[in-house]
Amino acid sequence: MKITLDGEPTPVQPGQTVAAALLAAGRVSWRDTRDGGKPRGLFCGIGVCFDCLVVVNGVPDVRACQRVVADGDDVRAQRGAELPEARP
Amino acid sequence: MIVVIGAGPAGINAARAAAAAGAEVTLIDTAPAVGGQYHRQPVGADNAPGAADIAAEPKIHHLSESVVWAIEAVDDGHRIHVRTGQADGPGRQGRTVHADALVLATGAYDRALPFPGWDLPGVVTAGAAQAMAKGQGVAVGERVVVAGTGPFLLPVAQSLVNVGAEVVGVLEANRARGWLSAPKALLAGRGKLGELAGYVKLLARHRIPYRTGRTVVAAHGTDRVTEVTTAVIDGKWKVKPGSERRIPVDAVCVGFGFTPQLELALSARCRLVDGFVEVDAAQATSVPGVFAAGELTGIGGADLAAAEGTVAGTAAAAHAGHESTQRKGVLRAVRRGRVFAQGLDKAYPVRPGWQSWLTDETLVCRCEEVSLGALRTSLDHYQALGVRSLKLTSRVGLGLCQGRVCGRAAAELAAGITGGTYDPAATAKRPLAAPLRLSELAEKEESK
Repeated sequence: MKITLDGEPTPVQPGQTVAAALLAAGRVSWRDTRDGGKPRGLFCGIGVCFDCLVVVNGVPDVRACQRVVADGDDVRAQRGAELPEARP
Repeated sequence: MIVVIGAGPAGINAARAAAAAGAEVTLIDTAPAVGGQYHRQPVGADNAPGAADIAAEPKIHHLSESVVWAIEAVDDGHRIHVRTGQADGPGRQGRTVHADALVLATGAYDRALPFPGWDLPGVVTAGAAQAMAKGQGVAVGERVVVAGTGPFLLPVAQSLVNVGAEVVGVLEANRARGWLSAPKALLAGRGKLGELAGYVKLLARHRIPYRTGRTVVAAHGTDRVTEVTTAVIDGKWKVKPGSERRIPVDAVCVGFGFTPQLELALSARCRLVDGFVEVDAAQATSVPGVFAAGELTGIGGADLAAAEGTVAGTAAAAHAGHESTQRKGVLRAVRRGRVFAQGLDKAYPVRPGWQSWLTDETLVCRCEEVSLGALRTSLDHYQALGVRSLKLTSRVGLGLCQGRVCGRAAAELAAGITGGTYDPAATAKRPLAAPLRLSELAEKEESK
């Protein structure tokens, strides 16, 4: 099973969360803040703090610690506040 | 229909007890498998205590990967609004479930205290380290310090060791004498001594220093944590000058006890006492037909939560018209657990001196990037005399987490600065209990 992390094909295990895949790939941050542009990554790990947000398949504001990977997911870092890609 | 929200130790037992009394039960939880935070399962496993019973009981309908985003009072109970599907995904399915009786077992999450550098990547809660290690088999860092207060720091250190991290120290902010003031509690918790002995052995085997009266007061780095400052703190948690040490680390795990997940209880208008949901001996809240069990009613650990869950499920079934009687042994277990919980509370308090660790640049609210300086400005210029005006003038607690992380700290800081009253529980009012996408709100819901 494979996903892409910022364009990089990355093998993952079924049931793994996006945050675990990012950590296993050696990443510590994958978002920056809207105001200060400061890097953020995992914080609470249980879906409470909303700090570990990523863009998954074009949809922003997805909690990496809660989202379980699906084969082929396109995961990328979230830059500040992002709008979803337009859907038909 | 009895609806149980949360499938940790309390929710699992509430569902089992209500089903055993003959009630139909809907058990709702955000995770793919039951167990909650305490009985967290490795990927693919479904072996939490009680999981087999939940799966085998036809009266229990388990809605996994499901989030309750609102509770509405209706004439004959409550209407529960649920979305099911991939976390934060756009394709979640909406539905409402009617509850003749409702059991809230939403649990608690780590309490984090703000300190300089706590927003650097690599600084995580103890619970995050635990979830990643136990649930996902991943270490949050290679060289990790664990700091905070309470017995939970020990299993976290163990989980980190198990996934190959080097734990450079476990720092317990309190000193052990707290237990001496609660001998009854110590006695009530004697069943946990074996577990404690296991941790002592683990620390010795891996030469992990365990220090009391010391904590992490600052984290340093530019785009991630590379060092921490630890310091000796006094009985009020003020730093003892000259005791500071810098240690190189690549991860910091902090946990200062737990905060109950209150928003659904507040939506249902349950009365609180000392920041927790008030319940009677049958786990009934102040609202007829609404019961609460587990950490929501006080921090006491998994055994107490499980016992409270059984009582709550039994009582909820009785409320819905089923014949059910409370078992004396379970009621006794609840009483014993509460004594232990009171001891925990006494032995591992959070003292207000933590407020002196912050500088004006330290973020209080991580989501909206509100610093202590900005909070002071709001208090000085706008005379924000309550939680609501504090939020509106500074934006503290208005971000995506809706004050879950910063609410309590912000209220305590505001009270410390002004001498006024700021109710921490007022920061937990969240009529929308989980974020929804506008497209989801616009969708027509299917009733069940």
